Amino acid sequence: MADGAIAARFRLAYSGFTLDVDLELPGRGVTALFGPSGSGKSTALRCMAGLARAPDGLLKIGSDVWQDEAHGVFVPTHRRALGMVFQDASLFSHLTVKGNLDYGMTRARVTAAEAGRDALCEMLDIAALAARWPDTLSGGERQRVAIARALLTRPQLLLMDEPLASLDVARRLDVLPYLERLRDELDIPIIYVSHAPEEVTRIADEAVVLDRGRVVARGAPLDVLPSASRLVEGGRFGVVNALKARVVAVDDAYGVTRLAHPAGEILIAARLTTQREARVVMRATDVALAMSEPRDTSVRTILRGRIEKIDATESALAFVTLTLVGGDRLVSAITRLALDELRLTVGADVFVLVKSVALDERGL
Amino acid sequence: MPTSEDFAAIWLTLKLATIVTFLLLLIGGPLAWWLARTHSWLKGPLGAVVALPLVLPPTVLGFYLLLTMGPHGPLGRLTAFLGVAPLPFTFAGLVVASLFYSLPFVVQPIQNAFEAMGDRPLEAAATLRASPLDAFFTVALPLARPGLVTAAILGFAHTVGEFGVVLMIGGAIPDKTRVVSVLIYDQVESMNYERAHWLAGGMLLFSFCVLLALYGRRRNGRYG
Repeated sequence: MADGAIAARFRLAYSGFTLDVDLELPGRGVTALFGPSGSGKSTALRCMAGLARAPDGLLKIGSDVWQDEAHGVFVPTHRRALGMVFQDASLFSHLTVKGNLDYGMTRARVTAAEAGRDALCEMLDIAALAARWPDTLSGGERQRVAIARALLTRPQLLLMDEPLASLDVARRLDVLPYLERLRDELDIPIIYVSHAPEEVTRIADEAVVLDRGRVVARGAPLDVLPSASRLVEGGRFGVVNALKARVVAVDDAYGVTRLAHPAGEILIAARLTTQREARVVMRATDVALAMSEPRDTSVRTILRGRIEKIDATESALAFVTLTLVGGDRLVSAITRLALDELRLTVGADVFVLVKSVALDERGL
Repeated sequence: MPTSEDFAAIWLTLKLATIVTFLLLLIGGPLAWWLARTHSWLKGPLGAVVALPLVLPPTVLGFYLLLTMGPHGPLGRLTAFLGVAPLPFTFAGLVVASLFYSLPFVVQPIQNAFEAMGDRPLEAAATLRASPLDAFFTVALPLARPGLVTAAILGFAHTVGEFGVVLMIGGAIPDKTRVVSVLIYDQVESMNYERAHWLAGGMLLFSFCVLLALYGRRRNGRYG
């Protein structure tokens, strides 16, 4: 979509709150709608899909008007060029995987070649599943088929409603890399509803934070999530940083790989023999801060940065946003006690100790 | 041994049950769909009306149907106006009566199947460009298939087993309204126990086989 920004305005009473949002969303990239359950994020998504109807709603996708109640316009769901992925995949149990994939594609009058079917199935690793029945698939496979099924209609907009929430942690890690690959390869906007900060920080370009039906913050995930993560249970543990770094050397004897980053060397406990670049992830709670360079510590990854912002929550934790040497940003979660005792302030130069660095499952 | 009289009654019974089952699936499908998905206040009253034959004595149902179809009833006036024969004591009258009598056995399994599937499959179909009618035929009906099969079996079997309503509406006219259950009654009345045995035993076997098929399918079936 060209300059196709999305304009969405919905006001709708639901389960005790009133959803009241007025959003301009970018015409590409992943925008996350983040918030606790009952915040209205799924309802907002359903309004975009046309599955719920806000009485005075407005929805424009680029030059297309899907809803403009002031002028009596409401395009029903099946005439909207959108794809939707539900939390529970919602594959049709009476059709095979191939039947499910064909269902939307034929109705959207898209040929397999136009939809890039083979490449898409390859990318999502579902090419071998064509003849299988949905109830024989794993949760992760089901979700990948559902994603392919939605994309094969060549939608102008992809809506994802907590696509990983029904999966266990291991399956989630299975699917996450595919979502990241989609984000990088699709040129349509993706609206991604989630209450998991980890998914949002890893996948989204922008996060819109909803609480009780209203937008309370929006911006880059690392800017808004540290303070917004308190809205969801366990959310403060879910803020995750992602950095790109260059592979320098693989130490076969110790089974580790050294990566170069402008802020310092990153050590990862794995052999990365096939990659020249890697994307690594580190939880905010695994990132510690020190005012002077620690000499005798087991932590091998020590980066340099400057404190840009401090969000002290009401709980024991504070989120410290850092600008690393080289410009990347990183969030550290430390106790408020440590914050005060070390007298950390905005602008201070600090050493950033990363206890555990995980490789993003996806190569670059 | 069964006589030609018996075979005529069996043929008539099967013909009645087949026609009624077919019509009930046509009527009951959309009715079940509406009952499963509506939020209208009519859902309760209409659902109760559909279920009435489950609890009413067949004589009550038959009595009112007889009045409705009689010369002073609305259906009777309609048939008179159209210039066709009055419905009571005809095969057509039996079909109409059986439609009411077996309605809940067809509507309820289908309605349950539609309700159990929920909105999600239809929403998914809509996001894949299927119109509501398209989604009904390509998603809702196939997913409700176990309910449809149950409905057809129960509707058929229940119509075969009908007695009281038939007697009230149709009497026992050979080749027109004398179905198996009525013939058995006639034989017993005339003390022809041996002839009654053939038919009664046959009904027993038939009903057992139908129910066995139904419950066996439920246990082993792919869709339960």
